[in-house]
Amino acid sequence: MRHIISILMENEAGALSRVAGLFSARAYNIESLTVAPTEDPSLSRMTIVTTGTEEIIEQITKQLNKLVDVVRLMDMTDGPHIEREMMMVKVRAEAGQREEFKRLADIFRGRIIDVTESTYVIELTGDSAKLDAFLQAVDTGKIIEVVRSGVSGIARGEKALNI
Amino acid sequence: MELTGAEIFVRCLQDEGVELLFGYPGGAVLHIYDALYQQDKVQHILVRHEQAATHAADGYARATGKPGCVLVTSGPGATNAVTGIATAYMDSIPMVVFTGQVPTSLIGNDAFQEVDNIGITRPCVKHNFLVKDVRDLAVTIKKAFYVATTGRPGPVVVDIPKDVTAARCEYSYPKKVRMRSYNPTVKGHAGQIKRAVELLLQARRPMLYTGGGVILDNASEQLIELTRLLNFPITNTLMGLGAYPATDRQFVGMLGMHGTYEANMAMHNCDVLVAVGARFDDRVTGNIEKFCPSAKIIHIDVDPASISKNVKVDVPIVGSVGNVLEQLLKLIKAGKARPDPEALAAWWEQIEEWRGLDCLKYDRGSELVKPQYVLETLYKVTNGDAFVTSDVGQHQMWAAQFYKFDKPRRWINSGGLGTMGFGFPAAMGVQLAYPDETVCCITGEGSIQMCIQELSTCLQYGLPVKIINLNNRYLGMVRQWQEFFYQKRYAMSYMESLPDFVKLAESYGHVGMQIDKPQDVEGALKEAMQLKDRLVFLDFITDQSENVYPMIPAGAGQNEMILI
Repeated sequence: MRHIISILMENEAGALSRVAGLFSARAYNIESLTVAPTEDPSLSRMTIVTTGTEEIIEQITKQLNKLVDVVRLMDMTDGPHIEREMMMVKVRAEAGQREEFKRLADIFRGRIIDVTESTYVIELTGDSAKLDAFLQAVDTGKIIEVVRSGVSGIARGEKALNI
Repeated sequence: MELTGAEIFVRCLQDEGVELLFGYPGGAVLHIYDALYQQDKVQHILVRHEQAATHAADGYARATGKPGCVLVTSGPGATNAVTGIATAYMDSIPMVVFTGQVPTSLIGNDAFQEVDNIGITRPCVKHNFLVKDVRDLAVTIKKAFYVATTGRPGPVVVDIPKDVTAARCEYSYPKKVRMRSYNPTVKGHAGQIKRAVELLLQARRPMLYTGGGVILDNASEQLIELTRLLNFPITNTLMGLGAYPATDRQFVGMLGMHGTYEANMAMHNCDVLVAVGARFDDRVTGNIEKFCPSAKIIHIDVDPASISKNVKVDVPIVGSVGNVLEQLLKLIKAGKARPDPEALAAWWEQIEEWRGLDCLKYDRGSELVKPQYVLETLYKVTNGDAFVTSDVGQHQMWAAQFYKFDKPRRWINSGGLGTMGFGFPAAMGVQLAYPDETVCCITGEGSIQMCIQELSTCLQYGLPVKIINLNNRYLGMVRQWQEFFYQKRYAMSYMESLPDFVKLAESYGHVGMQIDKPQDVEGALKEAMQLKDRLVFLDFITDQSENVYPMIPAGAGQNEMILI
């Protein structure tokens, strides 16, 4: 099953490689991984999307917690949560297709953020399934480039990952 | 007063109470060696290869319970140390390894003798640190010792660039250190303790299975008390031997691939299994699908990641073994309930029947020197009271089977990583820690040649280690597997062109003996033990065809042993 695991870790050189190394050494899957500093500059927040049986996910969270740099960890999938991913898609948009792309972007609540005579860059935010759906709706021949941020997650309500 | 990084390094070790530092100098650590030279509190032991420095520090740590300390230079110095670091990591041994590094301005430049020590050691350390500023040096060293010795212990690497050892700052060594990201759980959860006690008291065919964690946490006393209070049978893993007295009636021997019939059968048939500081290694469980089919399992471990990793358990208890055993004892003693004595009597009767099979029997009438006989005789000659280190292979298994360890920290071997070459340098570390004790290294002609250069170190420091070389002219364990599973195609397992070990020992200034007749074994061992201040290399020419029994073939269940 797919899990979103959020980690607060010491913002130190090499911390990211400890996490990445753990996943490769133990043959766990990583679907996506994002990391950036938090409002407290000594802490980084990392979001990992991974898949595995319940036993494997349990091991992943235990092994991550065991890393000396990891301060706190939360499996978002354990409770109600919000998941967001940002995507930018550069498409071939020539005369005749430009309106069509504009409409499609509107339907998905996306925005066109760059325009040239022959291309658009469309920005889209949502959960991963929504971004997948957008890509499916576009003629693949028209896609020049896709860049996705990877998933970030946050728990709903009072529950929070902080120190 | 401002000190240099090198001086700070030495002061930290002194303030940490480090007695011995095993190492080898080189360009990146010259400032440190200069500072070491100008003091006499920390004794530096010069090995002949960096791998031996790590094994010696590891042996010292296993025998004393204190962290082992190593200092090596950058590049090849650090890479040579990696095998020893990985060995300590697999067996959870507290160790702090200092590696030199090229100056910070050159890091990443492919400078002379540069490797990415932090990257190379990352998967085989508990944690590692790169010190980029001399002002961080003292607190980093304090953190390294703290992390290495607490929770589930393990090796920690501190990588120190050369310019950091030359830079100056004020010195103060922190008394305590706190890390918000590192807080090992030491006390067991009260609810789980209660559930565990309920299970223990209902058990009809109980079994205690204990590992290296008991030794690491110095919890033998509590383990013995609990075992006797409940009258349960107990088995130790390879790493756990000595935690419970091997000569005691309740001890059923080691378990696992080369464990006793009675230990493995009791495991297979038990209804409540208590795993204490053990990690359900594949050499213990055999085929996991067939493991302890009717048992409810209680697992006590300080590392939550060890619990339910290989085998799903019913009652997990995270905490230090000593604390948890005390909590269990307290709760059991507070009540009157005890396990059903009739059920236990029947279970013991069954175990005694299995024990009656005498699974460790061997041909005592042989005209060849039997390795088992050498080890039985060694046990007799040393009154079972020696520190015994071993290398890896058949001799290791025979040592574990035939030397009955009654005390913890006496049996020192590379269980997890299985590092050939470990035994001899580890014996040096033990001998340095206990200069007046008998220290024996059980080895074979394959393993001993992997770190044989240390004969020179032993001469320099006058270390009277007794090397018991079980020389069968084969990589015996490889040969055994080839005999059983590869139709006797002995690919590369025959050891040709061996040196004359007697002359080799003598050329290093030691005593060498060769023994090829059973009737000479006891006399030679006695003579060697009487040479209290000399290293003696005993080269036993043993029976080439001997195999280690019993054996659970890979993939088989614990009740599917090959018996002799």
